[in-house]
Amino acid sequence: MRLLIRNGRVVDPSSGTDETLDILIDQGKIADIKPKIEEAEGFKVLDVSRLVVAPGFIDMHAHLREPGQEYKEDIQTASRAAARGGFTSICAMPNTDPVNDNRGVTEFILAEARKRAAVNIFPIAAVTNGLRGEQLTDMADLLDAGAVAFSDDGRCIQDSLVMRRALEYSDFLQTLVIDHCEDFDLSQDGLMHEGSHSFFLGLKGIPASAEEVMVARDVILTEAARARIHIAHLSTRGGARLVEEARKRNVRVTAEVTPHHLVLSDEALANYDTNLKVNPPLRSQRDVQALLAAVRTGVIDVLATDHAPHTAEEKDVEFDRAPFGINGLETAVSLLLDRLVNKNVLDLSRFIEMISTNPARILGLANKGRLTAGADADLTILNLHKETVIDITTFASKSRNNPFHGWKLKGAPVMTIVAGKIVYPFS
Amino acid sequence: MEFKQRHLLGIQHLDVSDILTVLDTAESLSEISTREVKKVPTLRGKTIVNLFFEPSTRTRSSFELAAKRLSADIINFSQQTSSVVKGESLKDTVLNLEAMNPDALVIRHPCSGAPHFVSTFCRSHVINAGDGSHEHPTQALLDAFTIRQTKKSFTNLSVVIVGDILHSRVARSNLFLLSKLGAQITLVGPPSLLPEEFKNFGATTSHSLDESLAGADVIMMLRIQTERQKANFFPSIREYRNLYCLTEKRFRLANKDAIIMHPGPINRGVEISSEMADSVKSVILKQVENGIAIRMAILYLLLGGRERETAD
Repeated sequence: MRLLIRNGRVVDPSSGTDETLDILIDQGKIADIKPKIEEAEGFKVLDVSRLVVAPGFIDMHAHLREPGQEYKEDIQTASRAAARGGFTSICAMPNTDPVNDNRGVTEFILAEARKRAAVNIFPIAAVTNGLRGEQLTDMADLLDAGAVAFSDDGRCIQDSLVMRRALEYSDFLQTLVIDHCEDFDLSQDGLMHEGSHSFFLGLKGIPASAEEVMVARDVILTEAARARIHIAHLSTRGGARLVEEARKRNVRVTAEVTPHHLVLSDEALANYDTNLKVNPPLRSQRDVQALLAAVRTGVIDVLATDHAPHTAEEKDVEFDRAPFGINGLETAVSLLLDRLVNKNVLDLSRFIEMISTNPARILGLANKGRLTAGADADLTILNLHKETVIDITTFASKSRNNPFHGWKLKGAPVMTIVAGKIVYPFS
Repeated sequence: MEFKQRHLLGIQHLDVSDILTVLDTAESLSEISTREVKKVPTLRGKTIVNLFFEPSTRTRSSFELAAKRLSADIINFSQQTSSVVKGESLKDTVLNLEAMNPDALVIRHPCSGAPHFVSTFCRSHVINAGDGSHEHPTQALLDAFTIRQTKKSFTNLSVVIVGDILHSRVARSNLFLLSKLGAQITLVGPPSLLPEEFKNFGATTSHSLDESLAGADVIMMLRIQTERQKANFFPSIREYRNLYCLTEKRFRLANKDAIIMHPGPINRGVEISSEMADSVKSVILKQVENGIAIRMAILYLLLGGRERETAD
């Protein structure tokens, strides 16, 4: 069946498009896109007047928890959370149990995704076996199995020689290493951003330098190897400055930021709310302002959720003992539309570029991140004026660890289409 | 005179009138401990649980005696003998104890914010007996009580707090409390244990003990833990002693009638010399004695006198 999407405001940064267009979808691909497409026999017609039609949103950073921690989340529930949150594709970080460091796990994830997932799942494999930071994984084999990038997310490789080899080797394979930048000697067993608020609350701090030192190292190693790197969830002013400086010298570094690092700062932790415990931690107001500036100027390329589901009982403990992480897939787009687009920090086209076009480009997903004939029919449809109140009890995710419960936001994803099929609203 | 709190989680939440209410109540209750029969029936029938997840002799005994002198029943619960070692969560531990209908939980916990967390789901009154590096409100109250016994006024009183400020809940609670009462607080320690940011909380900071002692009315020495040396917060005990030990020579830099305080346990010859700890200027044992009166006052204000449960 062919699907005709009519009268939408089509915003496609890849072609600089922002106008009212009709889109014809056939066999999971965009068959045609132009001002007026005549309806024909057998078309299903969808009128999206007053709505924005964007190339499907791609989350470069999510934790799906399967295999191994299905009590928190699984491939199916994460994919439904993604669909509900406006994402047509999500990347699965490798810190599962077992770790995605071999072909078997990658194939398992892709096979389960084909059977049960509502959106596209792209596995990110480990850089080193067991995320131990010692021996590189069989990257060529993993790429062949379907991995789209490599990361030891959360277990930042501390040994600079291992990191050097990872960058050299991944570049020869024309793939990408994504690094969670954290010097563990500096962060130790820290719990929140180090600063006035951590000192006041008596919580051990994670200094900004723990991130900055590793961003600096990565930039230096990437430049030396003439390789490419993507910095995960940038959280500090200093980190943003290092990325900006590197790009001026044409070092191939890209960076992402999460909605929570753009919207919240460390002062929010005053009541020891474990739903705000996240790594990297919520930083100072000064860091937040610098990150917003880096988003505006294009120093940061990508908006990503770092979706990290944990159960209520895991979070309902002393602050020290709670796991790090925010469940973000179902609140990210509304938060960003409210705080960035509707408050004029970022125009709509730039926003879509950062959450669809750029992730597709960085990951090398040639048929995604654009709305042109021949592209995959992955679409995110937005209502910029819809007001919603975040309600964690309505989540499609298995977990509820999200600090935005009760927030009133303007702008929301209202329909998600993957390969021409409406996956949200749920049928 | 009114104490407006349901729990005692920290000094941060108290206003001056709350603080003065505690001090005045402690003053009237302190006499009980000097009687032949050290017991009044005020809290008869009330049950208090001492919930200690960290070793403590002084604070735990002090709460226990305070409760007993007011005729409350008190039981001691410590981590080593509890189902916590079997992996029970703090929340479940508290819910199980609460099923036995106690009136107050006195909580000492190594994690900052733990009493605050407990207060979000429990029915009993929560009393923070020290949480991580956050607060130790009864210690600060007993310190203020002790200061008030020798100093006429808190206004512009020069208080010097020396040592591991970064990790000290005693320093934080005293900083908050004595500032609220009008004292001028100077925090002293090496930069690794005294971040600049403490200036944001209304204190003056200094890395030189000698310079800070001039004009001091109250000198509060903090215990230095030897583990801090292993983490390179300072090079050696020898070096620490040379820079920050309160000696007789240093004490002469302070005001003539300055008093010496320490929350204990003391490391003789490390942060304080034996002569100073035992000198007539030292009120260290007076602090311990006053601890009982302060804890009696807190228990009385939260649990006693009149029925105050209804509104909550």
